[in-house]
Amino acid sequence: MNAATDNTIPVKVSTARTIEFSIFRHNPYDDTSEPHFETYKLEEADSMTLFIALNEIRAQQAPSLQFDFVCRAGICGSCAMLINGRPGLACRTLVSQLPDKVTLMPLPGFELIGDLSVNTGKWMRGMSEHLQTWIHSNKKVDINALEEKMEPEKAEQIYELERCIECGCCIAGCGTAQMRSEFVGAVGLNQLARFKIDPRDDRTDADYYAVVGDENGVFGCMTMLGCEDFCPKELPLAQQIAYMRRAMAIAGID
Amino acid sequence: MFFKNSLGSPRGPALMDMLQSISGLILALFMWAHMFMVSSILLGNDAMYWVTKMFEGKPIFGKGYPILVSLFAMFILSLIVLHAFLAMRKFPATHRQYRTLHKHLGGIRHTDSYLWYVQVITGFALFFLASVHLYQLIMHPADIGPFASSDRVWTGRMWPLYLVLLFVVELHGGIGLYRVLVKWGWFMGKDPKVGRKRLTIAKWLLTVFFLVLGLMTLAAYMKVGYEHQDKAGERYEPAQYSQLHSASQGGSH
Repeated sequence: MNAATDNTIPVKVSTARTIEFSIFRHNPYDDTSEPHFETYKLEEADSMTLFIALNEIRAQQAPSLQFDFVCRAGICGSCAMLINGRPGLACRTLVSQLPDKVTLMPLPGFELIGDLSVNTGKWMRGMSEHLQTWIHSNKKVDINALEEKMEPEKAEQIYELERCIECGCCIAGCGTAQMRSEFVGAVGLNQLARFKIDPRDDRTDADYYAVVGDENGVFGCMTMLGCEDFCPKELPLAQQIAYMRRAMAIAGID
Repeated sequence: MFFKNSLGSPRGPALMDMLQSISGLILALFMWAHMFMVSSILLGNDAMYWVTKMFEGKPIFGKGYPILVSLFAMFILSLIVLHAFLAMRKFPATHRQYRTLHKHLGGIRHTDSYLWYVQVITGFALFFLASVHLYQLIMHPADIGPFASSDRVWTGRMWPLYLVLLFVVELHGGIGLYRVLVKWGWFMGKDPKVGRKRLTIAKWLLTVFFLVLGLMTLAAYMKVGYEHQDKAGERYEPAQYSQLHSASQGGSH
């Protein structure tokens, strides 16, 4: 008897928390849909991310729940949402770091597709076309020739700013962007800063001033620093905005 | 043309942004310098009298000219008007903007966003509080001194205004200085995230220091004013002059 008892696999009594998720639900394409919150309960599992939790809720409780994801690794920027009021990536948020009650809302400032899904792509494209966030060069490029060399420090500097995944957290975390929809936000200013330091881009500071030298651009930033503090990629956004501000102040009065 | 830069873009936005920061910077630094001057009362009536006469130009002209105080106060008032005009561009303007902002601030619970809003509120309060204080000084520049100021504080019932003004101006200026440094990326050090933390600590330490100094100073003026209320209006004579005066009177008898 004793031997048999010893051989049994010890049953681990579950001490996992049950988390109550209050999730914003609304389908803007359905005239009968009213914005509201629905509550779902889920038992927390080891190393569970918010992304996993949402998938479980959708699989077991709410098949129509809409939310975006692609990479599950904090690279694509699709799963940004308001987690208890603060912008963040669902795939990079551990449920263990959240309280027993969690409220999830779509990122404000973007067109709602449904529930937690927003069209950040449309916003980003508009910003990109407005600011022309691509290399401007009159040089003829020989595609058969080797690329021109670049100083490694410069390449690293550009790469650091290129890490932006356009998730929209800086727009959702920015009071200015929330109040003034024309504001290009940290994502736009960071991208211009990236092209400004790129030696392949021929644009001058006066050219940049023409697109961000006003209150919808760099001078609209009120230094609330939400962009920097909520950036899931921890980009030095305040520093980039300050860099653009100094350059644009000089270019503006030149 | 003055209004356009070399490429034909308007200079206005750059100028306005810079002027807002520069005027704010000067005002915040002045505010702290002002606090040191005013707090001379803590070293005694003579010290405060000496500071007053220095600002009236006595060391240069041989006697005090209160008009200099008026002129300086007018300069400060014009800086405030300029700063307020420029800063107002950043205020929420519509009901929708206020609603969005309140919802945003309530949700993200983010210190630096709160600090910005504290500046909006204190800035709005300063339109009125600072104007009252400066108008009084511009019109009555000679009414500064150990007794004159104390009488104004106590008998003139200005202490409630100064008490509120102290907190409002210290918060506004302290937060403003911190934000202007971060805004332009000054004094951030090699690692801007660490630099910002350091600046935050320095900002709060300075704010607490000036608030304590300000409260002690106001209390000192209230005490002098309370004790001097029966002779309100009488001007202070420094101890050395009184001694000289009594000595010369004694000599003539």
